[in-house]
Amino acid sequence: MQSVSESAAAGRPKTSITLMVNGQRHTLDVEPRWLLSDVLRHQLGLTGTHVGCEQGVCGSCTVLLDGQPQRSCLMFAVQAEGHDITTVEGLTPEQGLSPLQAAFERHHALQCGFCTPGMIVTVEALLRENADPDEETIREVLSGNICRCTGYQSIVAAVQDAARVRRESGAAKLEVAAKGQNEAAGGEQA
Amino acid sequence: MKPISFSYYRPKSLAEALDILAQEEEAKVIAGGQSLVPLMNFRLSRPKTLVDINGLRELAAVEADGGVLRIGALVRHQELLAHPLVVQHFPALAAAAAEIGHWAIRTRGTIGGSLVHADPAAELPAATVAHRGVLVLTSAHGERRVDADAFFYGYLMTDIAPDELLTAVELPLPSGVRYGFAEHARRPGDFALAGAFVEVAEAGHAGAVTWFGVGGRPDRQEMELSPDAASRGRQFAAALAELDGPEDEVEARYRRQLAAVAAEQAYQRAIASGRGN
Ligand SMILES: Cc1cc2nc3c(=O)[nH]c(=O)nc-3n(C[C@H](O)[C@H](O)[C@H](O)COP(=O)(O)OP(=O)(O)OC[C@H]3O[C@@H](n4cnc5c(N)ncnc54)[C@H](O)[C@@H]3O)c2cc1C
Ligand code: FES
Ligand code: FES
Repeated sequence: MQSVSESAAAGRPKTSITLMVNGQRHTLDVEPRWLLSDVLRHQLGLTGTHVGCEQGVCGSCTVLLDGQPQRSCLMFAVQAEGHDITTVEGLTPEQGLSPLQAAFERHHALQCGFCTPGMIVTVEALLRENADPDEETIREVLSGNICRCTGYQSIVAAVQDAARVRRESGAAKLEVAAKGQNEAAGGEQA
Repeated sequence: MKPISFSYYRPKSLAEALDILAQEEEAKVIAGGQSLVPLMNFRLSRPKTLVDINGLRELAAVEADGGVLRIGALVRHQELLAHPLVVQHFPALAAAAAEIGHWAIRTRGTIGGSLVHADPAAELPAATVAHRGVLVLTSAHGERRVDADAFFYGYLMTDIAPDELLTAVELPLPSGVRYGFAEHARRPGDFALAGAFVEVAEAGHAGAVTWFGVGGRPDRQEMELSPDAASRGRQFAAALAELDGPEDEVEARYRRQLAAVAAEQAYQRAIASGRGN
């Protein structure tokens, strides 16, 4: 039996945990009661994960846990041990923006930006599962992410555009790969 | 606000989890945390000890065996709604699971948590009652089985004891009956204002309606379902009048009306599910 918080006499005991966040391993001391959202922000400085409601409703704290969108405000950091966590920082290239982020910019899909990280994380998960979601699917998925500013039209448009860009660049990558193979094959023949 | 301090246990086996529940006072099980953690965040729930069952993979299986479908307590809503055995034998349950909260809630929330939490507007308690399910409750002293209809007492109250773990729910595979489901909520992802599961016999008019969102617990009522829509509407209204609704009279009337609309849609879906097979 493993209790990570043995003695009540010690006040608020902490426990050492290891978290995999955006491909990096972090060892930290946490209280069991600390939410994953707070540990990401306060301990790891990953402030892209926003906290709006702490009751699972607004979606601004959404992260990927083993690739699945989940609310980081409804999970204790100790529970995330042994899982791969991806935050919006992990979906952002070193330089510039991801195709999805660029589409949000092109379509003015954000105003104050509070909801945007949760939107990006959720939609990234959607597009990995479904390269060509229809509008109804997009709206159903986005129903879990509240935006008080934009009215969603521009967000839906950005998602559709990003899906198209990803499909085309995916197709372009395949073409390059196929071309490379053809050339290699041609080279052998010659 | 943030949760109060608690001791955290992560048992590696069912036996270990049951030992902790037997020994620790004021221990609570945490499964998906999608109902418990919001309550803890607002300090409406203040458990001294949390027993995290997410590592108990033996509770996460779905299997058909001897005429029943056994669904492990740890099966997440998102797995449930797409599981081939659920879709094949219990399409109304699959449809209901798809209406729970949002994607990021469904990837984490579990059927066991939903049944033990017992929100009167929740889909899965009603689905379990509608399908005449049996809950398997296990403690350090052994196992007992409780009919879904007897398990739910009322608003957030059930028959489970503090040292018990819900390990699975068993649903008899339907034969000779079809089910339909419908609900109405203010926005997608919200808890339903009212909903219904309707069961119709393939031959004759025997049937049943299980209502949720109206009373404090899901209610299953058997009735001969008239083939005439207007008479059915009167039947639904009469059946709903028997349920204890919310105290507020206007709200009670509104929820009953929505429930009747849902029942008619569920009836149509049950009938339609028989066509084209
Ligand atoms: C924004 C939002 C929207 C939602 N919308 C809906 C909705 O539309 N419909 C709906 O039905 N639900 C909805 N939910 C709740 C969701 O379905 C939860 O997943 C579910 O109610 C509880 O399951 P859980 O696994 O998260 O349980 P937890 O939150 O972990 O636990 C809930 C309770 O059950 C106990 N418990 C859990 N598992 C067991 C077990 N195996 N044995 C004994 N006790 C156990 C816990 O101790 C606790 O008391 C919503 C939640 C959120 C945050
Ligand atoms: S802060 Fe987690 S859903 Fe709102
Ligand atoms: S841009 Fe302000 S909440 Fe969405």
